[in-house]
Amino acid sequence: MSVSAPPNVTVRVLLFASYAEALGREALSLTLAAPATVQAVLARLRALPGGERLPAQPLCAVNLAHSRPDTPLAEGDEVAVLPPMAGG
Amino acid sequence: MAYLSERPLDLGSLVARVSAPERGAVACFLGTVRNHHQGRAVISLDYSAYVPMAEAECTRIVGEAEARWPARVALEHRLGSLRVGDAAVAVAAAASHRDAAFAACRFVIEETKRRVPIWKREHFADGTVEWVDPTGTHPAERSVDVAADEWGV
Repeated sequence: MSVSAPPNVTVRVLLFASYAEALGREALSLTLAAPATVQAVLARLRALPGGERLPAQPLCAVNLAHSRPDTPLAEGDEVAVLPPMAGG
Repeated sequence: MAYLSERPLDLGSLVARVSAPERGAVACFLGTVRNHHQGRAVISLDYSAYVPMAEAECTRIVGEAEARWPARVALEHRLGSLRVGDAAVAVAAAASHRDAAFAACRFVIEETKRRVPIWKREHFADGTVEWVDPTGTHPAERSVDVAADEWGV
């Protein structure tokens, strides 16, 4: 019997500040075809109402650390889309 | 929350936390809410954060500074609604000598502004409210050496 990877990956997506306003929500769940990346999350977000207001390459984080567009995602990961930081 | 605070910041308590008999130099930075932004009068600011990541990123930044310089560093950033003049961020860095204290302090404030997921919304005197977008700074991965070079420390 062979063990194969699950065909889908479900991740939790968090939106903040101006991006949360643009999409009208602060969190959602997305189920993506495996293998999934941060880029795939962004493509899905862009298809939502208000998603066209996201920049071409927004900052993202996976499980509380800065990520890249090609960062791979696993089941249950938390993906955050971060507007330009304005601390200090 | 270790690095984020809903209450007014107290720089004195940060200094006390890093001070020790062998550390004869303490460098501090206090960032306060200024009354203007790009020529427009500002009344107040709201700070919000992705709290668990902000805490994790602050931990990493302070760890990087303390690994690079023989210094102890304390950092706090305020959340919530602030008025002009309120302290928004405070850093205290203590070392045996001032070079390390200044360098660690500079590194921590610059990296905090660049990497920690905190956002601010400005309330202008004319009644408008806008998210601040400092733009341009993309925290691509880079080494502590490269970051330190960038800040000249």
